[in-house]
Amino acid sequence: MKLIKTRRIVVTAAVILASYILQCTVFPALAISNIKPNLMLIVTASFGFMRGPREGMFVGFASGLLIDIQYGDMIGFYALIYLAAGFINGLFEQMYFDEDIKLPLFLIAGSDFIYGVVIYFLMFLLRSDFQFLYYLNRIIIPEAIYTIVITLAVYPLLLFINRRLEAEEKRSASKFV
Amino acid sequence: MKRKNHTSHTNRYILIGLSVFCALMMLLSSFSDKVGGPFRAIANITVIPLQQGINHIGGWMGDMKDNFSTLKQLQAENEKLQEQVDALTTENNYLQEERYEYERLQELYQLDQQYAEYEKTAAHVIGKDSGNWFSTFTIDKGSTDGIAVDMNVLSGSGLVGIVTEVGPTWAKVRSIIDDSTNISGMVLSTSDTCIVSGSLSLMSTGQISFDKMENNDNVVAVGDQIVTSYISDKYLQGILIGSVSEINVDSNNLTRSGYIIPAVDFRNIQEVLVITTTKAELTGEGQTE
Repeated sequence: MKLIKTRRIVVTAAVILASYILQCTVFPALAISNIKPNLMLIVTASFGFMRGPREGMFVGFASGLLIDIQYGDMIGFYALIYLAAGFINGLFEQMYFDEDIKLPLFLIAGSDFIYGVVIYFLMFLLRSDFQFLYYLNRIIIPEAIYTIVITLAVYPLLLFINRRLEAEEKRSASKFV
Repeated sequence: MKRKNHTSHTNRYILIGLSVFCALMMLLSSFSDKVGGPFRAIANITVIPLQQGINHIGGWMGDMKDNFSTLKQLQAENEKLQEQVDALTTENNYLQEERYEYERLQELYQLDQQYAEYEKTAAHVIGKDSGNWFSTFTIDKGSTDGIAVDMNVLSGSGLVGIVTEVGPTWAKVRSIIDDSTNISGMVLSTSDTCIVSGSLSLMSTGQISFDKMENNDNVVAVGDQIVTSYISDKYLQGILIGSVSEINVDSNNLTRSGYIIPAVDFRNIQEVLVITTTKAELTGEGQTE
């Protein structure tokens, strides 16, 4: 049982690390008119609604902290935002069942949109930059759309990983019964 | 049911605990830089080697792609380059001549030569900001290579940005087109100072803006070069920022503002040069350590 648990932790950590590295090295090359999709948020939200609030929180916290270390101005800022994103997506766990792709798409698009608005509010509005509509059209909405497109490719992969792990867990649980 | 309540309570405690941790870290890191130290060390052993690896693979694939470009293209390019070499040789001779004259004059006036040559070290860009809001990037040299905070970063002949954070083998550079950057610049020909600021809304047009330039009799025209000024306490004097693309007199009739096209193409920066002298060292100020 313990082995299974460690395996889940290791796999999850590897997914976070891989997506962070893709986000920083490969995705800038994929950017369309300076807009990159937000892979970290896809992973955080997916773990949230696939596995519940607790795992969503930990995944979000880890992803946010990675961003903070290399690109943030303060340690803890992005960690807090991604933490909240993971938790809120985790609340939708009960509504989620994995054949349906509409809810994940909707949740991820919603998360990315709210993420954009929050960043605008905390980093730009508080510096008295009031061009909200410009940022909305130029960054927030394009990013959300591009993120959905990438979700279509990434989400099945995350689902596959999760199914494999869950199947393993079920097998070992039935062994003990 | 009871069990479920129990887990949701634990979740709430975890949420509150981690949030408080984040808030605390934010508070601490706004007071002191030392907080990031242990985290940077973690990044150094996990993320940075992988980023460097991917960067190598990317470079290798880029080389492969270049190998496939046709021979014809290369020949045409070679011809063009040869022409350029000829033109540049002539120009270089002319410049050499001018340099000798300049040196002679400088000796004559006993001018201080401290700004003429800065020591530089080259570095590769290994990662870019994960979001769309800011323009920062990571380079593959850090404190073990002698990089320190506030060092200026160039690419080609133009200013790229400034080092804002240093890990053992990596450093974070904030570019001059970043929305939170402000630089004191000056017009090369007239020495009028102005404030150059990056802007997210101008980023797609490839420009940065400047303002607070005195509206005096000095004529500043489109195409004039803007360099870093003597006022700044972080940027070394005389580094090229870009050339004026538009200039207007503000409605208050006292100042002028406008736009600058940066000398560096920010869309594809691969290698940068870091000047290993900071302004604080040059002026002998702010030596706290």
